[in-house]
Amino acid sequence: MLSVAKAKTFEADQTGNQPLPELSGAEIFVQSLVQQGVETVFGYPGGVVLSVYDTLFKTKNINHFLVRHEQGGTHAADGYARATGKPGVVLATSGPGATNTVTGIATAFMDSIPLVIFTGQVPLNLIGNDAFQEADILGITRPITKHSYLVRDVSELADTISKAFHIAVSGRPGPVLVDIPKDVLLAKAPYNSKRRVKLAGYKPMTKGSYRQIMKAVEMIGESRRPVIYAGGGVMHSNAAAELREFAQKLGAPVTTTLLGLGAYPESDDLSLGMLGMHGTWYANMAVSESDLLIAIGARFDDRVTGRIADFAKNAQKIHIDIDPASISKNVEIDLPIVGDVKHVLSDLIPHVNACDSKSWLAEIKKWKADHPLRYETNGPILKPQQVIQAVSEVTKGQAIVASDVGQHQMWTAQYYQFSEPRSHLSSGGLGTMGYGFPAAMGAAVGRPDRTAVAIVGDGGFQMTAMELATAVHYKIPVKIVILNNGYLGMVRQWQELFFEKRYSHSDLDASNPDFVKMAECYGAIGYRAHNSAELDEALKKMMAEQELPVLVDAIVDREENVYPMVPAGAAIYEMIEEDAK
Amino acid sequence: MKHTISLLVENKSDALQRIAGLFSGRGFNIDTISVGRAEDPSHVRMTIVTHGEDRIIEQITKQLHKLIDVVKVVDLTDMSFVNRELALIKVSAAEDVRAEILQIVEVFRGKIIDISPKTLTVEATGSEDKVDAIISMLRPYGLKEVARTGRVALKREFQGET
Repeated sequence: MLSVAKAKTFEADQTGNQPLPELSGAEIFVQSLVQQGVETVFGYPGGVVLSVYDTLFKTKNINHFLVRHEQGGTHAADGYARATGKPGVVLATSGPGATNTVTGIATAFMDSIPLVIFTGQVPLNLIGNDAFQEADILGITRPITKHSYLVRDVSELADTISKAFHIAVSGRPGPVLVDIPKDVLLAKAPYNSKRRVKLAGYKPMTKGSYRQIMKAVEMIGESRRPVIYAGGGVMHSNAAAELREFAQKLGAPVTTTLLGLGAYPESDDLSLGMLGMHGTWYANMAVSESDLLIAIGARFDDRVTGRIADFAKNAQKIHIDIDPASISKNVEIDLPIVGDVKHVLSDLIPHVNACDSKSWLAEIKKWKADHPLRYETNGPILKPQQVIQAVSEVTKGQAIVASDVGQHQMWTAQYYQFSEPRSHLSSGGLGTMGYGFPAAMGAAVGRPDRTAVAIVGDGGFQMTAMELATAVHYKIPVKIVILNNGYLGMVRQWQELFFEKRYSHSDLDASNPDFVKMAECYGAIGYRAHNSAELDEALKKMMAEQELPVLVDAIVDREENVYPMVPAGAAIYEMIEEDAK
Repeated sequence: MKHTISLLVENKSDALQRIAGLFSGRGFNIDTISVGRAEDPSHVRMTIVTHGEDRIIEQITKQLHKLIDVVKVVDLTDMSFVNRELALIKVSAAEDVRAEILQIVEVFRGKIIDISPKTLTVEATGSEDKVDAIISMLRPYGLKEVARTGRVALKREFQGET
């Protein structure tokens, strides 16, 4: 039994003389997870990992969630990680189990999310033999992991797991995959719970250079039109409080990326909301007109910058980032500060003074008044933006909100009033449909104290909807709001604007299931809303439910478009603000 | 512009694939790559010759540095460094031209390391320019096979005055 083995281990540690207990690879695996503080695993069993599942059966220290597809499990672990700040853990079998995690791994990689993915592998002597359920998962995932390991000897297993967790959470976080052959899981080795992680080639810098920080102080002092551009790095480094203090001390407006939403409260006067392709008019104009752009934990993604040559072209640029490779990758930086955002901001704050930005802030205030986010109502028909606003109100802006990819994602980013970090979960880099619902489920598991809402489209939801079974089985009270326009909305919007309304394969209306019945057939609760009265009623009931997942199928205006919009190839100040009349 | 990058890498079975994959995945160029055990057998030293604008080269060195198994990245290009390439050249060598070929090999301080009735195999060492030169001198006689190592390089210990 595992508990006995564990007791022995600790004894051996204390006396130092007793022989170490011999454990199987599967037992070492579970012990190592416990030692890492892992409480939650999302997984799916299969041939080569049965020994691990047998060990899990006997332990009470780890909550394993049996998902319905490994992709959903990986997104759930990702949502868990984003919501809690702890690494998400996935367990899958070899071959198809492993390959099903690939989209989830790529999603986490693009957004720098700490995951540790454990895959079973065929026995060592069969590797390379085209064995049953064999896939070279290390080879397949090499470009989408921060690092990966194949464990060839059971005596290396415990150290490898420690290294994997260390690499996943430190520096610029990311997914790490550990591939463990079946025979390694069955072999025995002495287990020593004492670990030291030694990695000669891996020493992420956390503290920023003092000299660079003092140069930044000087540049900030001279700026009259500063803008702070904050990204997901603020979340990873848990630096939302420092960001607030920094922005308020400077009196500098703050725009965030999609992944930075929640890093700065949107109710604050200095908030500009999101920038970029579907950012606010005033955020994009402020960046374009600024004389100093302070990028914090952001990577100048093409959806943010639009046409590179015209991005903030009058601004000096300071870039604070833990990843030296992010600096001057897309946009030339005048002053890089390599380090952890929290450290660097803490070092900066005591030295900076308020900018002379009064007239700049007045200008921005006028832009906000003249070009707010807006939409037109259409009789009793629900507008998607209105649904997001209603969700924002009913959750008081305090929920953890996960989205898929597309129109609903942009409306969520625009109209949900985020105020807290680790509240907005979305696949920004990879743009993964099917991410939102399982991610919200993972967040609900990790943060049972908060409300978790998935805002999804009718297209994306169907990519991972089978996780309803998981949510019902484990009584995860995740909320699902479908903005149902019966289209792949963003595809349709592009087809309308750039392909003369030829809606090629983007209309789902005739083939969509009845989502309310779908929820019910899984044992979840479903409501449908066609107008605002029905929506309010449905959302009220949704919030009241404490145990089961609730799905609200909001039937929205079919051909609503997301604005503002920066067309592909344009500068971010060249926005389309509304439909052509 | 051509750059010579020297890497010290942990001697892991898939380290080379990580590095080669980084180049192909990000669209960087590899002109030559040479790999062999370093002074400490737990490490390998790789010499990569690549080309691109300064911004790309900067990305290459930074991205290489990010790989967990890469211990050290040095762009030798702006330093004083020694470099060599080894080539084995199998050239057609009938009786009547054999003397000419031997002369060429001597000029380039090459060595004949294999002889058959119709061919000579030449070992040539030096800078790529020199190896290119001897190959182009031998080409008219009929090159059968050529194997080149690509550049190996080390920083010069004495960097001179700066």
